Amino acid sequence: MTTKFTPDHEYIRVDGSTGIVGITNYAQEQLGDIVFVELPSVGKVLKKGDEAAVVESVKAASEIYAPVSGEVVEVNSLLTNEPGLVNSDPENGGWMFKIAIKDAGEIDTLLDADGYAELTL
Amino acid sequence: MSMNTQGRPTGVGTVGTSASGSALIPDEPLLFEIGDTEHSGVDLPEVDLGNNRLGGFARKSKLDLAGLTEPEAMRHYVRLSRLNHSIDSGMYPLGSCTMKHNPRLNEKMARLPGFSDIHPLQPVSTVQGALEMMNQLSHWLMTLTNTAAVALSPKAGAHGELLGMMAIKAAQEAKGEAHRTIVLVPESAHGTNPATAAFLGYTVKPVPARDDGTVDVEAVKAALSPEVAAIMLTNPNTCGLFEPQVIEIAQAVHDAGAFFYCDGANFNAIMGVVRPGDLGIDAMHINLHKTFSTPHGGGGPGAGPVVLSEALSPFAPVPFVRQGSAGLEMVEHIEGEALGRVTAFHGQMGMYVRALTYMLSHGADGLAQAAQDAVLNANYIKARLEHLFSVPFPDYPTMHEALFDDSFLKETGVTTLDFAKALIDEGFHPMTMYFPLVVHGAMLIEPTESESKQTLDRFCDVMAELATEAKAGNSERFTAAPMKAPRRRLDETRAARQPILRWERPADLPKAAE
Amino acid sequence: MRYLPHSDHERADMLGVIGATDIDALFSAVPKAALKNFTLDLPAHSPEFLVEAHMRALAGKNHAAGDGPFFVGAGAYRHHIPATVDHLIQRSEWLTAYTPYQPEISQGTLQMLFEFQTQVAKITGMDVANASLYDGSTGTAEAVLMARRLTRRNKIVLSGGLHPHYRDVVKAYLKDDPNLVCLSPSPEGQGDILDHIDGDTAAIVIQTPDFYGHLRDLKGAADAAHAQGALLIVVITEVVSLGLLEAPGALGADIVVAEGQGIGNALNFGGPYLGLMATRKEFIRQMPGRLCGETVDADGNRGFVLTLSTREQHIRREKATSNICTNSGLCALAFSIHMALLGEAGFVRLARLNHANAVHLADALAAVPGVTVLNSTFFNEMTIRTGQPAAELIERLAQRGILAGVPASRLLPEDPEVENLIILAATELTTTADIAALCAALTEELA
Repeated sequence: MTTKFTPDHEYIRVDGSTGIVGITNYAQEQLGDIVFVELPSVGKVLKKGDEAAVVESVKAASEIYAPVSGEVVEVNSLLTNEPGLVNSDPENGGWMFKIAIKDAGEIDTLLDADGYAELTL
Repeated sequence: MSMNTQGRPTGVGTVGTSASGSALIPDEPLLFEIGDTEHSGVDLPEVDLGNNRLGGFARKSKLDLAGLTEPEAMRHYVRLSRLNHSIDSGMYPLGSCTMKHNPRLNEKMARLPGFSDIHPLQPVSTVQGALEMMNQLSHWLMTLTNTAAVALSPKAGAHGELLGMMAIKAAQEAKGEAHRTIVLVPESAHGTNPATAAFLGYTVKPVPARDDGTVDVEAVKAALSPEVAAIMLTNPNTCGLFEPQVIEIAQAVHDAGAFFYCDGANFNAIMGVVRPGDLGIDAMHINLHKTFSTPHGGGGPGAGPVVLSEALSPFAPVPFVRQGSAGLEMVEHIEGEALGRVTAFHGQMGMYVRALTYMLSHGADGLAQAAQDAVLNANYIKARLEHLFSVPFPDYPTMHEALFDDSFLKETGVTTLDFAKALIDEGFHPMTMYFPLVVHGAMLIEPTESESKQTLDRFCDVMAELATEAKAGNSERFTAAPMKAPRRRLDETRAARQPILRWERPADLPKAAE
Repeated sequence: MRYLPHSDHERADMLGVIGATDIDALFSAVPKAALKNFTLDLPAHSPEFLVEAHMRALAGKNHAAGDGPFFVGAGAYRHHIPATVDHLIQRSEWLTAYTPYQPEISQGTLQMLFEFQTQVAKITGMDVANASLYDGSTGTAEAVLMARRLTRRNKIVLSGGLHPHYRDVVKAYLKDDPNLVCLSPSPEGQGDILDHIDGDTAAIVIQTPDFYGHLRDLKGAADAAHAQGALLIVVITEVVSLGLLEAPGALGADIVVAEGQGIGNALNFGGPYLGLMATRKEFIRQMPGRLCGETVDADGNRGFVLTLSTREQHIRREKATSNICTNSGLCALAFSIHMALLGEAGFVRLARLNHANAVHLADALAAVPGVTVLNSTFFNEMTIRTGQPAAELIERLAQRGILAGVPASRLLPEDPEVENLIILAATELTTTADIAALCAALTEELA
């Protein structure tokens, strides 16, 4: 499994042809307490860069973009009642949705951990 | 993701100790915790409904509505009121809100039965004085703005914006230019502007501001195209500056076949001194609850009449007043391109009465003096504080608002929010914070013309003292503030994560009636 | 000028501190051609007694509802307002406070809004209510847009019994939208809205009591809408009716919109009024307008804040649920105080009294030769047909000092079917003598 990042602070953990998407620890720190997560519906087909989900803090609403193209196959419904998971465990329990990756080539265009770390220095 | 970290931060701050309530301002339980379904503060006869016409639709479900007798109600609402700050009890320097004095003559006039006890659908022949009053208000608004028409009916500023932009859309459709789908909105705009444009199906295209806080006519020209329907520009703008190139911007917008919507939220700075019609605007709403002193009432009601240029006047909504052969008429239906009706009746009559009373009291000379005093007061605050605070846009004199950013707080551990909360402990309502969004940690201060020099001096002394304290590293006074208010900082995260939006009877509190 | 605190000396001192030569120096960004280059055709400032005389003269030209028999309703209703209500809402701390954005020093307004939301939820039988909208008509348009967001469908069907001005406001908000179906006016009673619900329908909008006063079957409408996955929006223009009629929430409504003017707020020639909106818990994130919620402060004490603000324009900007900002705060306060004074006992008695007076009015009108009462059901309002055009008849009655109701043709000028119809309301303020005077005058006019 490899994890890749977008410059917009989404991560995608690739497991075969499926990717698990959420926001990075850096992003959750910047946003503050997350109070609501609007998840996509399962079956939704997304193009890379499409608006996929929305996270809300008390002070702001931020769109989450699809890091790659594909179809949403599962969402983390735990977030509906426990949006704070995005703060406490953003890259594991706070994942948002799983996507069936349409074009594996798109993965290669994303940042690796070092590249992302450099961006957020 | 769109990393939107702008806006107001939250968090409860440092925990200190303070008792809830105080001797003269005790905590007050909820209405439902005091009253019950048997208490009532009205005496009404019980009637027999043997011969009812309810056709089986009578209520069967329980209301469970708590009541209070008159003395209980009086005490409940008086006690609650004392937990509020108000313009009558202290300075309320909220930028872009124009919290000025609310003369009580206005309240008295609005309550005359000839204004308050008339029905919007009673015969027009029986409300000629009301129509005349609306005509007089219209005359004042059109004269002060040098415009051709006014639509009185919008219920508030945002509603006026909606109507103004609807009129622009209708005008363009009438010209066969429905393909114009873009609206230009400067980044510093109030949130209602993009919300209104999007509501009508327009795509919002931001226009960047210059480093000096104003809009560059060249940036507008670059953004204009045959697809642009309008620009929505606030003038004076949300940074408190008069747009120096506003006439050139209007010209460029008109040359491109688009309209100029002016957000009139800040008209208080220029009433009687500058007429927006002379600047080339096509539509502008006027917040009667800001500029013309109708009280804010804890969040409304407002009123947002829209003045319209000659080009847009055919697209005004119904109803409107017109001179007929047998007196004044209320036009309630028209055929053609007009956009119809934006509210059930004639708008905020109660606010019209208050606003016209205010205008008559001031006269043209008094309104101009009020605008100039508002500008004088803001510049006085800026002059007295600029050596301690940071001014993001020093190139122009400010209009009716003084704007600071948070760079003076760098390295102090004190945020704009903390600073504002400390002001509460000194008896002042905080300024507007984190708006406009284009300024980091913005503090927008609008004193209005209502504050005396003495109050302004005291405010400036407090502000200066707080700035000095913050810079000296005494951060706890800020991070723990407010300590002296009826409540400490409130947990907004908790409120949003598990919303409790109504009272529910606790399991251990039985219904009194049962 | 009595509202401006500075003396000329103080102004000069302040300009000195600023370092400006005169006030015009502060307006230096204004293009020269636009600064004070005009004389205004407006009077100069005026003492309080002269302003008062001017306004009193204008008010004196109007026939106030209290000046004689009064039966005008059709969306705004004349009810008694306890003296306590108007006294309390004029207290400085209520009247001159801003929107409660600083909760530590706005707990009065916030707690009141929490209580108001609870009262509205209870009388409508819904889970949650917001902190008010402008009025019932704009609230109806907002509800229609909300239903579209919730269902992701577009078709909206407006009942023929919906107040024609409410219909017009929805039409203006949804300009030229082919998915908006407005059914023909239905003065005789039940419409045929159920035949228009299909799989593309986002919502049907039904008013009860309807524009003509008929009570509508909400349960049947809710079932028919839900069977197609559509929502039922219920509109109520006379909020007092909820004291006697079944709560829409108990009958399957998904969104309830009401004009709240009838409780605590005067007629005011049409405004300011008070839009009420209530809905199901699961729909709150698509609800427009402010919401107040309970929380605790840093010391753990109960307190209230505005919450779920990310729906609103000041944060969401072009993606907001609505552009609404200022709402009807003080009208909500008046409503809430009046409702607290009524309580369950008083609210029910008030509604019963309204209905009893309306029954008396209907029976008296039915006995006037040439008058037909169209309603078999009503709350406090009904429609009659006479042999004469209603607008002229109403005008003649007004000349006799009787404000006898609303000619339906005033709101529906395009519809010849309604030319002879008058809509009349009775409230607790209607007396037996008022009704006798109306019937006597009608008998003479129709003879």
